[in-house]
Amino acid sequence: MSNVVSTAARPATSEMVRRLPEYLMIWVPLLLSAAHLISFSIWTIWISFTPSTLIPVSGWVGLRNYNAVLASRNWQIAFDNLLLFGIAFVLLSLITGLALAILLDQRIRGENVLRTIFLYPLAVSFVVTGTVWSWLLNPGIGIEKLIHDLGWSSFHFDWLVNRDMAIWTIVIAAIWQSSGFAMALFLAGLRSVDTDIIRAAQIDGAGPIRTYVRVILPTLWPITITVVVVQLQFAISAFDLVRALTNGGPGIATQLPALVVYDLMFQRSQLGRGAAAAVLMLLILLAVLLPYAAWRYVQRRQATHA
Amino acid sequence: MRDRSFAPSRILIYLVVTLFAAAYLAPLVVVVLNSLRTNEEIAQGSMIGWPQHLAWGNYALAWSGFCIAETCAGIRPYMLNSALVTIPATIFSTLLGAVAGYAVSLWRFRGDNWIYGIVTLGLFLPQQMRLLPWTIVLRDIGLINTLWGLVLIHTIQGLSFTVLFCRNYYIAIPHELIRAARIDGAGFFRIFWRIILPLSAPILIVTVIWQFTHIWNEFLYGVTFTTGQQQPVTAALIALSAAVADIPQHGVQSAAVIIAALPTLLIYLFGGRYFVRGLTAGAVK
Repeated sequence: MSNVVSTAARPATSEMVRRLPEYLMIWVPLLLSAAHLISFSIWTIWISFTPSTLIPVSGWVGLRNYNAVLASRNWQIAFDNLLLFGIAFVLLSLITGLALAILLDQRIRGENVLRTIFLYPLAVSFVVTGTVWSWLLNPGIGIEKLIHDLGWSSFHFDWLVNRDMAIWTIVIAAIWQSSGFAMALFLAGLRSVDTDIIRAAQIDGAGPIRTYVRVILPTLWPITITVVVVQLQFAISAFDLVRALTNGGPGIATQLPALVVYDLMFQRSQLGRGAAAAVLMLLILLAVLLPYAAWRYVQRRQATHA
Repeated sequence: MRDRSFAPSRILIYLVVTLFAAAYLAPLVVVVLNSLRTNEEIAQGSMIGWPQHLAWGNYALAWSGFCIAETCAGIRPYMLNSALVTIPATIFSTLLGAVAGYAVSLWRFRGDNWIYGIVTLGLFLPQQMRLLPWTIVLRDIGLINTLWGLVLIHTIQGLSFTVLFCRNYYIAIPHELIRAARIDGAGFFRIFWRIILPLSAPILIVTVIWQFTHIWNEFLYGVTFTTGQQQPVTAALIALSAAVADIPQHGVQSAAVIIAALPTLLIYLFGGRYFVRGLTAGAVK
């Protein structure tokens, strides 16, 4: 700052040096973050086209890894499970979340306490949730045993060890954990409805229920889409919860894509196939996110033009 | 909607809400009760029951007694590991995110929108796409199976969230404020320190709570990049379940689960408002 009298080039260089900490502070974290995202993605995609097994190797095998993954029973079961789990979990947690939000919106006493209760599972890890539900749903020690001890010995609730029903235990635990999220967003939506519209509806003679169904609920659909996308994103990459609750079992009945990736990469040392499975996961995710991004883009444009 | 009298419909609403609340609380209550029952007592009945006499010893065993693999030090070393990963990673990612968020929203520089756009893609990229590259990077820099390796991962990956949170908060600060300060000769750091940081308390609390909760609860990286004594507590809980699969010790396991969940539960109870704000901010990307 002090020696202003100098050649024309000197201040520019010293200015650069003086501002070096600033450049470093701005660019290093952002570049590290951006670079890791891009290079890691490209690298994993590349590995998915190589014959890598125990260690990454170069070479080109085209779509062989993808074909192998898609043809494997493990992946097929995982994909079917993902469809069932994704749809059931998202729908049921939407319904539960909306029901809770509507109930809490009825000016009830103790709303804060209730909200705290419905949201606390979100603060707990999926490992803890999975472990606890694996106890509750275990027929030998959980709910079934309790009912038997109470005297109803023909009571049956063995989904955890039942191949056909085991995936529903994951649905149950996932809803318990994250329907509060849907509730929080819906409740915020209900509270932000323009009071003028409500008043207008009431002046038009609409009763409270009619106002609710016809006027308030329709304003929630943009929130609904956001909730669906966020919950689907969770469902597609679900790993911890399944690992703790069923570990993919009984057998491979509750296999999900994220478990297949982990299994291929770190248990079977099939890096190429593991990478291919990871890319397939990414593609499934993009099938959800790209339409969402397009929708958001259209919404924003409409908002700015309006 | 504005009816405050106790009509039958109101009673029904309270009844339904109470049932829901009971269902959400039940798993927690069951685990808390179990953590106070002896293993024998649970084995005779079911996981769901009232303690006959309070077995506080479960907590001592869970904290520093029982064995995971060959080590019999309880859950304490793994809790420490989780703390040693979560606390530095939360601090680093929040501070770096605050500075970067300020840079892309108020300071502005060439390419800021581009780099911001790329960084926020990290919100969506599945962890499975990064598992193998991280394995190689950690091995090359000698941080595989170390807590600092996990700190590095969570700091860099956390930036996607922290930059987004801070940027969206700072964007509402009037640009004139920054312009005036620049005309007065204040530089990048001075403006951050004197103007931005004093305004940042709410968003920093939201960010810290979000990061702490997520890193503490994270499992996949913990189980992939660390083994044995280096594992965070989420991975240790899974290892514990596997270790005692033959002779379950549900009382002690319940106590371990409570201890492992306690840090994030306490943060939620005391900072609930900020926790929810983080949830919604993360959702409306």
